[in-house]
Amino acid sequence: MSTTTWGWLVLAFPLAGTLATALGFRRLPGRSAGWIGTGAIFLAFVCALGALISIQGHVPAHRELTSSLWSYASTTGIDAQMSILVDPLSVFMILVVSGVSTLIHLYSISYMEKDRGFVRYFSYLNFFVFSMLLLVLAGNFLLLIVGWAFVGAASYLLISFWYRRTTATTAGIKAFVINVVGDAGLVLGTYFIFKHTGTLDFLKTFHAVESPVHPAFGHGKDSGDLVAGCVLLLVGAFAKSAQIPLHTWLPDAMEGPTPVSSLIHAATMVTAGVYLIARMHPLFERAPAAQDVGAVVGAATLFIAGTIGLAQTDIKRVIAYSTMSQIGYMIMGVSVGAYAAGLFHLMTHAFFKALLFMAAGSLIGAMAGEQSLEKMGGFRKALPFTYACFIVGGLALSGIPPFSGFFSKDEILLVTGERGGWHWALYVVGYAGALMTAIYTFRMIFRAFHGEPVSEARELEGGHLHHAEVARNPATGEEEDTDVGFPGPTHAIAERALPMRIAMSLLALGAVGAGLIQIPKVDFIIDDFLRPSFATARGYEPHTKTGLLAIGLTLGTLIGLAGIALAYRVWVIGGRDAEGRFSVADAFRARVPGGEALYTLFLNKWYFDELIDALVVRPAAAAGRFGRDTFERVFVDDTLVGGTTGIVRAGSAAVRAAQSGFVRYYAALLVVGVAGVGFYFLLQA
Amino acid sequence: MSIAWYLAVSAIVFSLGALGVMTRRNPLVVLLCLELMLNGGNLALIAFSRMWGNGDGQILAIVVMTVAACEVCIGLGMIVAIYRRHLPIDVDELRELQG
Repeated sequence: MSTTTWGWLVLAFPLAGTLATALGFRRLPGRSAGWIGTGAIFLAFVCALGALISIQGHVPAHRELTSSLWSYASTTGIDAQMSILVDPLSVFMILVVSGVSTLIHLYSISYMEKDRGFVRYFSYLNFFVFSMLLLVLAGNFLLLIVGWAFVGAASYLLISFWYRRTTATTAGIKAFVINVVGDAGLVLGTYFIFKHTGTLDFLKTFHAVESPVHPAFGHGKDSGDLVAGCVLLLVGAFAKSAQIPLHTWLPDAMEGPTPVSSLIHAATMVTAGVYLIARMHPLFERAPAAQDVGAVVGAATLFIAGTIGLAQTDIKRVIAYSTMSQIGYMIMGVSVGAYAAGLFHLMTHAFFKALLFMAAGSLIGAMAGEQSLEKMGGFRKALPFTYACFIVGGLALSGIPPFSGFFSKDEILLVTGERGGWHWALYVVGYAGALMTAIYTFRMIFRAFHGEPVSEARELEGGHLHHAEVARNPATGEEEDTDVGFPGPTHAIAERALPMRIAMSLLALGAVGAGLIQIPKVDFIIDDFLRPSFATARGYEPHTKTGLLAIGLTLGTLIGLAGIALAYRVWVIGGRDAEGRFSVADAFRARVPGGEALYTLFLNKWYFDELIDALVVRPAAAAGRFGRDTFERVFVDDTLVGGTTGIVRAGSAAVRAAQSGFVRYYAALLVVGVAGVGFYFLLQA
Repeated sequence: MSIAWYLAVSAIVFSLGALGVMTRRNPLVVLLCLELMLNGGNLALIAFSRMWGNGDGQILAIVVMTVAACEVCIGLGMIVAIYRRHLPIDVDELRELQG
């Protein structure tokens, strides 16, 4: 089979899985929907492997293959096709997406088993993966926009999966609205790029940018259209990848089921922005201003998200902020030209972040749905497997060698440092973020697994899984039932569910070993594989200064270890309250200089929600009210609508008056009328 | 004899009928006057038929008579229905359809 046929098959299987589970909604018994969904994504992964093997058969210069199923519209100046682009970059993405998604599906079979919306869940989940695969395989801007919007819609469906929870539906709407802002950016960016190059096809666009035929834009010359297009593409990337200031939907998206959080964070959604920038690198390289915007925003996000992560107490939100922070590294990386490093980090992050979320899901299961770190503690003996997964994921996230996060994160920072100039500031911010990452990650682990066991942990050690007597919303404490639209009656833990253990074990292997495929100065598997996609990128070839490399690797290790040590000092050795535990908040306030004010700032997430509310939501609402009172009520309602109805009403009143009910009067009118008409014709003749 | 005489009689009969429809209040008389109008028309049709020397006008007159018969049937039926319901036999009193 040709390489592109594998590409089409990668898209076909998840779509078939979506349709099978959606149409067989009432006929699929037990867990069958879960196995169908998992099987569909697994087959997509197999086909992605097929594409990988197949693409190696081409010489490196000819590894960018397109295939078109049909043309939507083909007129002078526009060429819209249903076409995919299979090149090393998209093969890399479909491998990561389908591989991690398969494991998340497998995990979900156990995790969602008792949920009444089991079949619906897998239909949505397959659709989500299909959308993401469509996004990364798209061969032109139109299909990219379609995949982009599908991902937003699928995230809405899954975040508000428990649709009777008001907090979940609100979070879903928030995610959708912010993603639509990004969609608008992407569409407008596409417009500017189309204006600049005159084509929608990716390869033709890149070709047009690289070898300009129009004298108006010389090679390497900065063009206003291109910069505007790239900045607008960045808006789309920021919204999808939860970068400041369009990040506020991501922590709220934790309202969805935990495997969904895992999917959004690891494989399907937030990486789309990173992919977009990497895919559009020929454009971004000719719009250095847009690259700088991306780099600065990425750095700001990684830092701010890190600080917020220090103060949050909801375990899923802590991991969510760590995702924001890690995506910040990736965005920064691909924006400064560290494409391979950024994508490498995307892959290792997919492994350890999916692992961390799955472990968190298991822990939440043991707490019967409770997510607050303040109420957890001492689960080390009760959940040994989950604990081990948390440690592996945490070490990878903190960048401790030889775990995978170590190599990928340091490579991004290395390339950033090599750019020199003001990029050194980003370099420093990156290492500050790394320190915070280690602190909040291990704060979370020590807090949940060390110290005195809480009652749930003791119960589990005794062999009984705790069940809440009354199901409650973990965010608000409202009482719930366990029917469809709310979480199911029982929860799953990895220690007792084989599919969850398999999924987590495989991801743990990835989190430990994935870093070894690209070690600076030793092997360059990712670099070599992706090179054909970045053939024209400037500075793609590594020319690493050994000194900086050694400093970076040492610094990264030391900072990671220091963060863990600090967390250990504060949350394990540090003071304890009467129950033998140390409150997360108290520890922060007591031990950080100026802690009270900073703590409030971090706890309230730097007031971004309030800022957006004050800057966008309220002015928009006020403008809406003003428009309603001045324009709509007066002009539309009274003049246009009121005027039309007034005319009709007056006319009908006049006609009604003629309807007197006197038959003789009607007859007289008739006679007079006929006589009038006759008279008229007589006069005419 | 000129066709004008026929047409004059026809017009007189038609006008008398129309006047009756407009002035009389008894539905029975109104129906009679309607018949007058129709027959005024018939007279004109037959006169024209004679003038052209073919049967078209006569055929049309027979159609009009048929219609008139139907109309009388319905009209008389309505009058009987009005009578049975003890409603006034007066077209001016029957004005529930006013706007």
